[in-house]
Amino acid sequence: MDRSVSPSVEEGPVYTHQTMCLEEGMALECGAHLAPLEVAYCTYGTLSAARDNAILVCHALTGDQYLAEPNPLTGKPGWWSRMVGPGLPIDTDRFFVICPNVLGGCMGSTGPRSICAETGKAWDSEFPPITMHDIVASQVRLVDYLGINRLFAVVGGSMGGMQALTWVADHPERVFAALPIATSPFHSAQNIAFNEVSRQAIFADPHWHDGHYRDFGAIPARGLGVARMMAHITYLSEEALSRKFGRRVRKEAATAVPAASSPSLFGEMFEVESYLRHQGSTFVRRFDANSYLTITRAMDYFDLAAEHDGDLSAPFGKCETRFCVVSFSSDWLFPTSQSRLLVRALNKAGANVSFVEIESDRGHDAFLLDEPDLDRTVRGFLNGAAEHAGLTKVETL
Amino acid sequence: MRVDQRLIAEMIPAKARVLDVGSGDGTLIDYLYRTRGCDARGIEIDMQSVTQSVAHGLPVMHGDADHDLAHYPDDAFDYVVLQRTLQAVERPREVLRQMLRIGRHAIVSFPNFGHWRLRLQLLTTGRMPMTSVWSTPWYSTPNIHPCTIRDFLALCEEDGYVVQQWLAVDEDGLKAPWRRSIRFANLFGEQALFLLSRG
Repeated sequence: MDRSVSPSVEEGPVYTHQTMCLEEGMALECGAHLAPLEVAYCTYGTLSAARDNAILVCHALTGDQYLAEPNPLTGKPGWWSRMVGPGLPIDTDRFFVICPNVLGGCMGSTGPRSICAETGKAWDSEFPPITMHDIVASQVRLVDYLGINRLFAVVGGSMGGMQALTWVADHPERVFAALPIATSPFHSAQNIAFNEVSRQAIFADPHWHDGHYRDFGAIPARGLGVARMMAHITYLSEEALSRKFGRRVRKEAATAVPAASSPSLFGEMFEVESYLRHQGSTFVRRFDANSYLTITRAMDYFDLAAEHDGDLSAPFGKCETRFCVVSFSSDWLFPTSQSRLLVRALNKAGANVSFVEIESDRGHDAFLLDEPDLDRTVRGFLNGAAEHAGLTKVETL
Repeated sequence: MRVDQRLIAEMIPAKARVLDVGSGDGTLIDYLYRTRGCDARGIEIDMQSVTQSVAHGLPVMHGDADHDLAHYPDDAFDYVVLQRTLQAVERPREVLRQMLRIGRHAIVSFPNFGHWRLRLQLLTTGRMPMTSVWSTPWYSTPNIHPCTIRDFLALCEEDGYVVQQWLAVDEDGLKAPWRRSIRFANLFGEQALFLLSRG
């Protein structure tokens, strides 16, 4: 969810992440077997001798593992660098922070761009369907590989929150604290509807080639760009758009955007149009269309209650995890009502739950932005949980 | 900590599971956790207080007595506390019922509408009484269900709750010496504090 102009990277990207490669791979929920399994990840801070201070941060749909360091593709700061770092709310002086690229992603973890062992060719659109459980299962392999038995906390916003919830549902004994932010225990019909429009935009692109666009040296840039533009609107709010752009018209018409590929109606362009086009065009340079399809589908399948005959408290019945659920008042993509539903189910399960709805007019994206109440909440919850977990202040290898 | 909160804390044994409904800035649950090792959680309606509590590491959720108690399972807590809030909820009787469903004990404090000053004001001025305890005018008060100590006792009897302990306290929360006589307590107590259990 990038939002400002980035300097173009001259000499090609320099990746600074690490990669775990598991030759035996892993089985997916759909029955397919992925081998080898690669998970690309970044870490920050130091793992304590007792290996008890690890925080897993899960990224959102179009995020990646570059959590708190410059992104090699965009050159911009890590997507949560204002939250994660020395002395910051997720304090890397104290905690060991791990951020993996999701399964199905396009930043180094196994996904549609990976080579299929059977065919010797890239999976592309043949990549098997994955679920949130599969994404978490791949992260479990990584956490095992790092020699960590119990994560001190799993933190994530939006789809990252879905992963945090799935972690607790699948491995309650391995998560001491969970911090799902701006998320929901299921993907709503409205969310699925938006995803479907995104997907149809990609399918309609002449460069789509049934998903084998890379064989043609092409990318469905228009389709993916439109998908991103539409999705981006859902991350904001009417108030935020009005405040940022109002009805202002750009002074020099559409200089930043090639006129042939993006014609302007009557030679004029509203600032909000220009902004969205920019969002679309920068996105296609860093994200793969097949990954977008794979991951949006995994989100659509997400419904924790459905797996337990509609009882949302069932997956949390045996957990002793401490929860802090956070929503934002203007988030209409993952509205507070869905967080409240989750909180009530957690109460029913007898779980220890904190719940804060943060007042903000910036919509779903607020979790990535400067929201002092979010910072206070994250810092306070983690510190409180650390006290209960018996973590000492500074204890490193 | 307020004196009446200290009186509440004295009713709660170590290691108890406690839900404080209307936990405010979290003083009571923080105290119960730190000094008694209680598993103490809070529900609070004011979002700023919730954020402040969570920022202090306390398990507090945004919610209110009328709508959120119903979602807890039976016997989830040993003690459910409702401080100075009963008169302001939509359905006091249902709130009490929920408190004693999810908790084995309920601790309830409320301002006593039977206090002599209120009675005298109504009698002499013919207008809604206002005191330091009942300090908002009728048109803007959140206190939509005021009751007296005798009213409350009658409801407990009707719904079969056992009054294990009760105190009338003066404005500063100090224990008042009218424990022998409910009639006197109802006349001179500004606040009442009850420890209830199921019948």
